[in-house]
Amino acid sequence: MHGLINRSLEGFLRDTYGNKIWQDVVTAAALEFDSFEAMLEYDDALTYAVLDAAAAQLARPRETLLEDMGTYLVSNPKVEALRRLLRFGGVTFTEFLHSLEDLHERAKLAVPELELPRLYLLGPSDSGDFKLVCNGGYVGFGYVLMGLLRTMADDYGALVLLDSQDNGNGSGEINIQVVETSFADGRDFSLSSPKKGAA
Amino acid sequence: MTDQICVSHAGLDRLMPMHLLLAPDGKILQFGPTVAKLFSDREIKGECFFDLFKLRQPQGITSVTDIVSGNVTRLHLNLKTEQKTRLKAVGVGVSGSDAILLNLSFGISVVDAIGQYNLTISDFAATDLAVEMLYLLEAKSAAMTESRKLNTRLQGAKIAAEEQAYTDTLTGLKNRRAMDHVLSRFIESGEKFGLMQIDLDYFKAVNDSMGHAAGDHVLHEVAKILLEETRSSDLVARVGGDEFVLIFHKLTDIGKLNDIAARIINRMEVPIPFNDQTCRISASIGTTISENYKIPDMDKMLSDADLALYASKHKGRACYTVFSDDLLTGIDPSLPP
Repeated sequence: MHGLINRSLEGFLRDTYGNKIWQDVVTAAALEFDSFEAMLEYDDALTYAVLDAAAAQLARPRETLLEDMGTYLVSNPKVEALRRLLRFGGVTFTEFLHSLEDLHERAKLAVPELELPRLYLLGPSDSGDFKLVCNGGYVGFGYVLMGLLRTMADDYGALVLLDSQDNGNGSGEINIQVVETSFADGRDFSLSSPKKGAA
Repeated sequence: MTDQICVSHAGLDRLMPMHLLLAPDGKILQFGPTVAKLFSDREIKGECFFDLFKLRQPQGITSVTDIVSGNVTRLHLNLKTEQKTRLKAVGVGVSGSDAILLNLSFGISVVDAIGQYNLTISDFAATDLAVEMLYLLEAKSAAMTESRKLNTRLQGAKIAAEEQAYTDTLTGLKNRRAMDHVLSRFIESGEKFGLMQIDLDYFKAVNDSMGHAAGDHVLHEVAKILLEETRSSDLVARVGGDEFVLIFHKLTDIGKLNDIAARIINRMEVPIPFNDQTCRISASIGTTISENYKIPDMDKMLSDADLALYASKHKGRACYTVFSDDLLTGIDPSLPP
């Protein structure tokens, strides 16, 4: 799996549970290094070894960890870049949902080696529900997506209800009921990059 | 059938949020919502296009009607109040009226413009690629930052690896670090060993008269000879420009060490061809053995071997000397007073 994904997992564990836990995970997962490099490629097995080690260390189910990681990815100031890149997807949460169909291509444009799963958005149904379908993704990716969607809905100020069905082999679908698109104010998003603004 | 279509002003705003509708005299009749942002929502209706915008290319356009006449494909312009805001535009005539419709775009200046005019996604047409461009710019710069970090770390690791290396990169022999390491290990474990310091004679002359390439070639040949005249359990290190240290594991027999020294000098004196020239060098050698000392000390042994080496130099070079305490007191008859 790409270093960016591994690095995200590492960042999530370090920032949420501390460096001590991360060191324990490194030992338990028998990593031969202390830290993932964001721009290198790693064997998929390493990622799952880290994940299992973390779940064991923290005595939490792997699924919960992954969902928390999804939340971390779009809410922690340290990884603000990702949240910003996702917000480029649209003005409203619904537009954002549609932009997820481009996620695979968008990731590749930025980093050609980065393989994110392809997502398909179905709906809205008569009751206004969307269905986000993921085929051939990484095992557990659906849980990350759940956390990410829930937090992005808050980011847009939308009220949504999520329900996931993970088939355990990297495919699954998430049912998204958009109750209210402008339920709260949400977080600010400016097109101009924060670095430029500060300079 | 008609080739004319009718679009409402609201429709135009959605399709081209950066449009201007101009009267033939240049007066602004109507404008899109994003254009309004460029002028901080100041009322520009009725003002003259040429008072607000400076046309850069093509040159010679003085009236609005010039814009739609002839072969003008694209206009380059900027705001009069803000030269940095460069714009591109294309204009067409409006059927059934003498007005001219001008559509503006930021082009590459969009990056600065979004900050300056506080633009949001909704300020661009839904089909405008500007937002994708901004996305790409930000994504690429984030990726570049990560790549740069990796490069910096790799560079640091490379320097660290070189510092920790045990090999002399020019000759492939061991380096001073390796010598220190092996010497202290032998001393610590109480192993017997012979120590030889070798200094090349006339090497500087080769380097000066024939160039560094010839010098490097000579060093390679010397390295080859030293490796051939020693056993694999011995250590051969290059510790300076033309200085070498040999450590002979479990060999303290002076007779044998002198034989080796003599062989090395003989072989060094064989002329070394380089291109169409010939390099001539020799070597001076100083030797000591661990058995000379009750408690061998690395620095002491190296300096004693060095002293013996200089005795060889004083004897007229191309010879070998074994260290003895006489050298310390200067009684050695071979040394000048």
